[in-house]
Amino acid sequence: MAVVFILAFVAVASVLFHLLSPWWWTPIASNWQYIDNTIIITFWITGFVFVAVVLFVAYCVLRFRHKPGNRAHYEPENRKLEFWLATVTTIGVVAMLAPGLFVWNHFVNVPSDATEVEVVGQQWLWSFRLPGANGKLGTSETRDITAENPLGVNKNDSAGLDDIIIQGGELHLPIGKPVKMVLRSIDVLHDFYVPEFRAKMDMVPGMVTYFWITPTRTGTFEVLCAELCGVGHPQMRGTVVVDNEADYQTWLQQQQTFTQMMAASGEPQTAQ
Amino acid sequence: MVNIPSSINDPIPAAEVEDVELYHPHSWWTTYVFSQDAKVIAIQYSLTAISIGLVALVLSWLMRLQLAFPGVFTFIDADRYYQFITMHGMIMVIYLLTALFLGGFGNYLIPLMLGARDMVFPYANMLSYWIYLLAVLVLVAGFFAPGGPTGAGWTLYPPQAILSGTPGGQDWGIILMLSSLILFIIGFTMGGLNYVVTVLQGRARGMTLMRMPLTIWGIFTATVMALLAFPALFVASVMMLFDRVLGTSFFMPAIVEMGTQLQHGGGSPILFQHLFWFFGHPEVYIVALPAFGIVSDLISVHARKNIFGYRMMVWAMVIIGALSFVVWAHHMYVSGMNPNFGFFFATTTLIIAVPTAIKVYNWVLTLWRGDIHLTIPMLFALGFIVTFVNGGLTGLFLGNVVVDVPLSDTMFVVAHFHMVMGVAPIMVIFGAIYHWYPKITGRMLDETMGRIHFWVTFLGAYLIFFPMHYLGLLGAPRRYYELGESVVNPPSAHDLNIFITMMALTVGAAQVLFLFNAAWSLRHGKDAGGNPWRATTLEWQTPTTPPPHGNFGKELPVVYRWAYDYSVPGAPEDFIPQNEPDPENRSREHAS
Repeated sequence: MAVVFILAFVAVASVLFHLLSPWWWTPIASNWQYIDNTIIITFWITGFVFVAVVLFVAYCVLRFRHKPGNRAHYEPENRKLEFWLATVTTIGVVAMLAPGLFVWNHFVNVPSDATEVEVVGQQWLWSFRLPGANGKLGTSETRDITAENPLGVNKNDSAGLDDIIIQGGELHLPIGKPVKMVLRSIDVLHDFYVPEFRAKMDMVPGMVTYFWITPTRTGTFEVLCAELCGVGHPQMRGTVVVDNEADYQTWLQQQQTFTQMMAASGEPQTAQ
Repeated sequence: MVNIPSSINDPIPAAEVEDVELYHPHSWWTTYVFSQDAKVIAIQYSLTAISIGLVALVLSWLMRLQLAFPGVFTFIDADRYYQFITMHGMIMVIYLLTALFLGGFGNYLIPLMLGARDMVFPYANMLSYWIYLLAVLVLVAGFFAPGGPTGAGWTLYPPQAILSGTPGGQDWGIILMLSSLILFIIGFTMGGLNYVVTVLQGRARGMTLMRMPLTIWGIFTATVMALLAFPALFVASVMMLFDRVLGTSFFMPAIVEMGTQLQHGGGSPILFQHLFWFFGHPEVYIVALPAFGIVSDLISVHARKNIFGYRMMVWAMVIIGALSFVVWAHHMYVSGMNPNFGFFFATTTLIIAVPTAIKVYNWVLTLWRGDIHLTIPMLFALGFIVTFVNGGLTGLFLGNVVVDVPLSDTMFVVAHFHMVMGVAPIMVIFGAIYHWYPKITGRMLDETMGRIHFWVTFLGAYLIFFPMHYLGLLGAPRRYYELGESVVNPPSAHDLNIFITMMALTVGAAQVLFLFNAAWSLRHGKDAGGNPWRATTLEWQTPTTPPPHGNFGKELPVVYRWAYDYSVPGAPEDFIPQNEPDPENRSREHAS
């Protein structure tokens, strides 16, 4: 009897825990409400299955536990039942997968009007690069990295001279405008993770990765690294501020361009 | 020559392979140490795996203490913390679970359940164990090497695994880890070929493939998978070793480390991840399928009822095994690989849910209209169903690519994989030990201690990992030495971490009771007799218990029926052993 009670209790208590738990996701600050919705659908379907299976087991133990003289039923197979269970399961799986793939299609297709913002990870610091007046990021190369040119921006690419470089500081983003986060790392794997944005992606040395978001709420958000990057991994924090357009422009004017940065460090310009 | 009858149900002449004196060991050393008896090798494998598993258990306490009380235990600095999580993960997955299920249960059960005298290649089988032991010793050597063991995380992702920002990256740690893995795979291959060939060639007369107990099907399928999956890890380990020692660049692109340009260039970190997970995902099922098989038999024996849908169970295992080779990149949705792969891998991953769900249905339907004896093995089987269903369902979150994006690399993942491939298979391991200990030793494990052990372990483990999902949902990232001030670490989350640590210590303490029980019952346990559970399979029909070298005495058994003739209508007892003739053809295996 204790077994039956405890099994039923596990099922019911798990549901109550889910409903009453104070640990729930952070208030969303991007367009990925779809992701939250897909999680909710998945919780409903999986929660139902979990409770149904555990309660069924509890009922079986209650009803069919050994008593003297009992004998089990002998039934090796039941094709019909197995067929129906497989069919219902398939429907449940499709109900989760279909919205998931639909949203994923949205996720992988970056809107054409998205602005590029580059994030560069290194042990254990975040740097950022925004396109300058020409709206384009210049090319960059890990081999070009020096103490004066910490992001390896290509000095021979005129598109990069007006790029805005932020080393170790805050990144600001304007509200309501899609941004493509272009991700690079110069040493090991990192992962640009802002919990309120929902989206995240690894940063891999030797290649460029990306994801896109539209910030939907102004505020200051913490950047965490979500891919183990050595002993300093937990200290690799940063800040993203989502501004309204006016505040964003004010902030943008105060940032230094690549040219200014090189001039400050006394490095001669070699752009063609 | 022996006259082989045309139908498996025809009367079969007595077994032709008589036991011969020639191959029995004659000294203490060849009987107990350098033994070629699969049963002794099984016990050697199991004791080694459990010993190193206890080290991993202690490591988990240390990391939980750090998470609950950051900074209090000053000897757990960041370097050590990452070394602990790395060694904990690698030991548990490879050196405990894989070794115990295949090297331990595989060796003990394959020959006995199939009615064979031993594995087909006993000498290679012996070598398999000694190379495994060497692999464990090389792994442990990491703790004593300069710089300590590697702290790269159990996935050992380059470039950080071999750079100086990671403990052991530029010291001995990573070299010893990769060497140990290479040795493990060599040892496993010797054992694994044995298991496969024994299942295919060493079965008793009448033991058709579709009469094998599901335990054997699980171990067999898992072994075939392991033989196909481990080579990917093998080459990845060799390549990374070359990158680290010889300065090649398989996985190393151009890198600026702490302001210094490294000599590497052109390699691909993601290539390593593909190789690792091409092994790593099948590995989940290499652990799970033996557990599936064993738990099927535990449920059937202790509910006195045939396993429901035997053929479906076999095919589900084979299909899961095959599909598990085309889902690996669901571990890499946010790795930076081409995101369009997500469509393919999310679909294959969720398709696996269907055969897996069928297995769950068939377990619970085996309970339906059964005669459920709430023995310790049955309790652990029930614990398995609860934890496996829970962990399997959260897999549907992480497999569904877009849902994985916010949850990946958070504590949700940690909770998920511990529930599904930590707690659930360990429930089965305990159930199996309580079930087969009487055959191995001739004595029963103590029932009262067993019940306490079960309830503390099952409920404690559930209380550790169920709430942990919600920390991940909140956004707490995994592999953080300390989270500190953060929106994803409110004071309530800190309290929950303290609770989880308390539960982890409690569950760990309960294992001391289990070890005591196992040692105490060796001398003081109730006498078990040959077949205490009244089971049908051949290991319970040996003439003597524990079975001697050669297993079956003078003549090998002949098999007349499937492994699940429990409560057959009209039979005098509620079980009919597989080697009992069936003159009236009452068994209804493959009924429809």
